[in-house]
Amino acid sequence: MGIEFRGVGKTYPDGTVAVADFSCTVPSHRTLALVGSSGSGKTTLMRMVNRMVDATTGSVLIDGRDVRDLDKVALRRSIGYVPQAGGLLPHRRVVDNVATVPILNGTSKTAARAAAMDLLTVVGLDHSLAKRYPGQLSGGQQQRVAVARALASEPNILLMDEPFGAVDPIVRRDLQDQLLQLQAELGKTIVLVTHDIDEAFRVGDEIVILKTGGIIAQVGTPQEIVAAPADDFVRDFVGTDRAERNLKTVDIDGKQVVVDGDDRPVGVLR
Amino acid sequence: MTWLDLNRDLVLDLLGRHVRLAVPAVLISVVVAIALGRLAWRWPRVGTVVLGISGLLYSIPALPLLIVIPVLLSVPLRSETNLIVALAVYGTALLAGTAADAFRSVDERVREAAEAMGYSRTGLFWRVDLPLALPVLVSGIRVVTVSTVSLVTIGALVGISSLGSLLTDGFQRNIREEVATGVIGTMMLAIVLDLAIVAIGAALTPWQQRRTKKQKVVTA
Ligand SMILES: Nc1ncnc2c1ncn2[C@@H]1O[C@H](COP(=O)(O)OP(=O)(O)OP(=O)(O)O)[C@@H](O)[C@H]1O
Ligand SMILES: [Mg+2]
Repeated sequence: MGIEFRGVGKTYPDGTVAVADFSCTVPSHRTLALVGSSGSGKTTLMRMVNRMVDATTGSVLIDGRDVRDLDKVALRRSIGYVPQAGGLLPHRRVVDNVATVPILNGTSKTAARAAAMDLLTVVGLDHSLAKRYPGQLSGGQQQRVAVARALASEPNILLMDEPFGAVDPIVRRDLQDQLLQLQAELGKTIVLVTHDIDEAFRVGDEIVILKTGGIIAQVGTPQEIVAAPADDFVRDFVGTDRAERNLKTVDIDGKQVVVDGDDRPVGVLR
Repeated sequence: MTWLDLNRDLVLDLLGRHVRLAVPAVLISVVVAIALGRLAWRWPRVGTVVLGISGLLYSIPALPLLIVIPVLLSVPLRSETNLIVALAVYGTALLAGTAADAFRSVDERVREAAEAMGYSRTGLFWRVDLPLALPVLVSGIRVVTVSTVSLVTIGALVGISSLGSLLTDGFQRNIREEVATGVIGTMMLAIVLDLAIVAIGAALTPWQQRRTKKQKVVTA
C-alpha cells in the first residue's frame, strides 16, 4: 500500500505553481528519493504527506486513505519527520528532543526518556550527549538526534528533507550508511528529499527526478536511471557524461582494475 | 542620616507601596504586550496598526492620563488601580513592539519542524514559540521594569503614595535628605528588580547560558 500521490498539484496563494500534476506510488517498506534542482517542488511534495502543505488538486493517500480525511496533528505525530539542519528544539536537551513526540502522545516522561536513551544508542550517539542542548553538538550529531527523534514514535513512514545536506561529505556518508543499516532492520516507508544525486542513488530504492513544476523527468531504480537516462535533462542531472560515471577496466598484472574517465582507479573487478 | 533614621518606618512603608504599584503594572504590561505582539506577528497588517496605536499611547502625558482613567473606569483618582492602569498602558506601549520582535526572532526552521512533529497550535505557542521568544522578551521586560519603577513616582503628584511622596514632600518642605532618599530608593529598587529579572530570565533559558559559555571557551 504505502504512499500514493494521485494527480497532486500545488499552486501557492501568490500564484506560484510549485507542482503541476504529479502521480507516484511509494510501496511500503521502500525508500523513494525525490531529487531535482532547487525549486522543483521536492519539499512541497514531501510536505503533502504530513499535510504541512495541502494539495490544491489531486490527493495523497496513505494505505489507501486520503490524508485530508485524517486529523492533521494526529497524522503528523504518526509520521517521523527529519528536518533539514537546525530543526531540533534548541531549548530542549537532546534526550528531551528525542522524547518529544511520545510525550505529546501521552507516554510518561520517564518511559519516553528511557526509550530515548535507547534510541541514542541506535543512531550511534554516546549517552554522555543526552543532557546537552542541540547548540552544543556538531552538525552531524544534531542530525543523528533528528533521526532518533523521528524514530521515537515508531512511525511506519519517515519523511526526510535534505537531512544530511548541511554536513561535510565524510560525515554525510556516515549518516547515509547509518540510515541504510537502520532501514535494513526497520523497513520504514521513506520519502527522502535531496538535491544530491549520489545520495539518492545510495539510499533510494526508487528515484524520482523532478524538473521545475514537479514534472517527472524520470522514475526508476538507480540502476535503470544510470543505464538509460530518459533525456538530456536526466543525463545532465545524473552526470552521465562526468568522468566518475564513465568507468572502464584496464588490465594491470592480470587484474581488471576499474578506472574512471580520468584514468583514476575506482576499484578492482571481481 | 538622621532624617532616614527617624523616618525608617515611613520609608519602608512607601517602598512597599512602590513595589505593590510597580509589580502588578509590569505583570499586566507583559501579558497584554505578549498578546498584542503575538497578534502583530501573526497578522502583520493588523499588527502595524495595533503597534502604531500602542506607540501613540506612550506619548500621552502622564498627568492627563491619570485624570482620564478614573473617568473611563470609574475608579477614584487617588486609587492605586488608577496608577497601575496608567503604568500598564505605558508598559504595554513600550513592550508590544519588542514582543512582536521576540516572536519574529524564533527560528522558522525550528517552528516548522515542531509543527511537522505534531505540536498543536496551543502547544506550539506555549512550548516552542514562547520559550524561544524569551531572550528578546526578557530584554524588553527589563526596560519596562526600570521605566515603570521610575514612573510610579509621578503618582505622588495626585496623591498616590510611593517613594515619589518623598520627592514631593521633600521639595515642599525643603528637606534635602528626604529628596535624596526618594531618588536613591527608587533607583535602588529599579536595580534590584532588574537584577531579579536577569536572574529569572537566566533560570528560564538555561540553553542560552550554556551556549554563551561554550562560545567563550571557543574564543578563549
Ligand atoms: N510558501 C510558499 N509560497 C509561495 N511559493 C512557494 C512557497 N513555498 C515554495 N514556493 C515555491 O514553490 C516552488 C517549489 O518549492 P519547493 O520548496 O517545493 O522546492 P524544492 O524542490 O524543495 O527546492 P529546494 O531544493 O531549493 O529546497 C518554488 O518555486 C518556490 O519558490
Ligand atoms: Mg526543499
